Amino acid sequence: MPTVHFTDAEGAVRDVQGNSGDSVMETAVRNGVPGIVAECGGSLSCATCHVFVRDDCLTQLPPMEDMEDEMLYGTAVDREDNSRLSCQLRLTDGLELFVTTPETQV
Amino acid sequence: MSTNAVENAAPAAAAEDATPSGTPSRTGLLIIGASQSGVQLAVSLRALGFDEHITLLGDEDHRPYQRPALSKEFLQGTVESESLIFRSNEYWAEHNVDLVKGEYIVRIDREADGSGVAHSSSGKQFPFKRLALTVGARARKLEIEGGDLDGVLYLRNADDALALKARVGDAHDVVVIGGGFIGLEAASSLQKMGKNVTVLEFGPRLVGRAVGEETAEYFLQAHRSRGLDIRLSTSAARFRADDGGAVVSGVELQDGTVLPAQIVLIGIGVIPNTQLAEQLGLTVDNGIVVDRFALASDGTTVAIGDCANMPNPVPGSAPGERIRLESVNNAIEHAKVAAYSLTGRREEYAGIPWFWSNQADLKLQIAGLCNGYDQTVLRRDEERGKFSVLYYRQGQVIAADCVNAPLDFMAVKNALAKGQNIPAEAAADPATPLKTITTDS
Ligand SMILES: Cc1cc2nc3c(=O)[nH]c(=O)nc-3n(C[C@H](O)[C@H](O)[C@H](O)COP(=O)(O)OP(=O)(O)OC[C@H]3O[C@@H](n4cnc5c(N)ncnc54)[C@H](O)[C@@H]3O)c2cc1C
Ligand code: FES
Repeated sequence: MPTVHFTDAEGAVRDVQGNSGDSVMETAVRNGVPGIVAECGGSLSCATCHVFVRDDCLTQLPPMEDMEDEMLYGTAVDREDNSRLSCQLRLTDGLELFVTTPETQV
Repeated sequence: MSTNAVENAAPAAAAEDATPSGTPSRTGLLIIGASQSGVQLAVSLRALGFDEHITLLGDEDHRPYQRPALSKEFLQGTVESESLIFRSNEYWAEHNVDLVKGEYIVRIDREADGSGVAHSSSGKQFPFKRLALTVGARARKLEIEGGDLDGVLYLRNADDALALKARVGDAHDVVVIGGGFIGLEAASSLQKMGKNVTVLEFGPRLVGRAVGEETAEYFLQAHRSRGLDIRLSTSAARFRADDGGAVVSGVELQDGTVLPAQIVLIGIGVIPNTQLAEQLGLTVDNGIVVDRFALASDGTTVAIGDCANMPNPVPGSAPGERIRLESVNNAIEHAKVAAYSLTGRREEYAGIPWFWSNQADLKLQIAGLCNGYDQTVLRRDEERGKFSVLYYRQGQVIAADCVNAPLDFMAVKNALAKGQNIPAEAAADPATPLKTITTDS
């Protein structure tokens, strides 16, 4: 089972097991991980599912499309090199992902 | 899931706490309507540490789900129904929220202190100390001849979407009635699925008053160039069935033309559900009238989301200006305000509404409300397929419609949230990022 380790801005960690094919955002929201808002439910319209991906995990993820890239310029906490929108990140078998959620999403 | 707990709770409580009238004990919060705003209210209350019992009750047979995909990804089959579910069953159990599905509340009896009992159509009783109405809105029906025929459909909830999906396979021609967001989204989805789609819009332009003239025109041209047959100022006279049958076969227009249709999908707007509020004697006027704290006219019932008519939350709005919004963003933000009210904190609802709509490859994002604008600025980048309209009132930007232009959307949304301006003169050049010309106004 894929696992996502969510660390919040204060450093508290929450490990959530997800299903292959689901997005990191869905995995977080359904289990009530507080750092992800995801107002638009994954339709790449809100940028409230922003996460920072631990550098060594970045290569396991698909490259971002232009739309995600542009949306990331409007996040509540400024983007960094390791920023992604978690609704665009799909879990795959055996994936172990470490992400940090920003202090605020809105 | 935990429906039983609630069913059992009422008689047990009644036995323990037999008041003179024999009514069950009235504790906790009852949220009627288990959708976007009801779910957010429960979630926000728990996040604020509200520790009383919460019953989140709705009439649908599904676990609470997100509606927007019903006309988009779910209809097209690119997402599964499981993806639409808001929270896992475990989440509700862990947070001590009783989720009750499939119960339609028909009557509420209430005491002077605000507590009471809600009665469902199946005869069950749900006692409460405090009440929240998150009952949303229902599809407006088109009452014309043939409106009851099989195949004449609406799209408000998951059952509607499932009924539509079940018919799509066999259909060749679809007539969509209503050129608003839901009609256009569904039309684009159905067209993508290979259907021959015609959209009939009664008015002279698309999307009514939700967007300005330029955006409406842009969508008209964009959809037509993608092969969608859109007919403005056109209305259906009746729906027809072959040989007096019960299944729709076509739509007859006012001029006598008949368009073949195995599916007619009607999207002509919604009506807020105010029946319970009326029965309770609450003030109702295009929705349940609430104050800035999401409280209805009795000062204790909370009403939020699509069913609520509230003071315009945009900072600086004219005093007394009221609005009813139908959007996910509003449902969420309004719920947060209500959660504060229910926990004894007074936080006024203030914020910049935003909305999105995906139609074919057109991704529309709207920031702010454009009503009352006196100037528009167009930003158009044909090559990259981007289009934005900024709306101004007395030189101050108040809203923007952005198509495939998330940078513009984000810049305007952020500027509005911070009370900043984006001077009109500088905004017209699409090569200039709006963020760089934003000023403190
Ligand atoms: C097809 C579609 C596409 C949409 N797309 C978008 C979009 O792209 N972006 C966007 O921002 N918004 C979109 N919306 C709007 C958005 O979904 C609504 O604004 C939002 O769902 C409102 O939430 P609500 O909880 O206030 O009301 P609702 O979602 O209407 O929920 C109310 C619930 O209460 C139940 N109920 C009513 N009366 C009773 C009763 N007496 N007893 C028990 N239960 C009752 C109803 O059955 C319903 O489940 C879309 C809506 C639809 C239908
Ligand atoms: S959930 Fe809205 S952009 Fe990811």
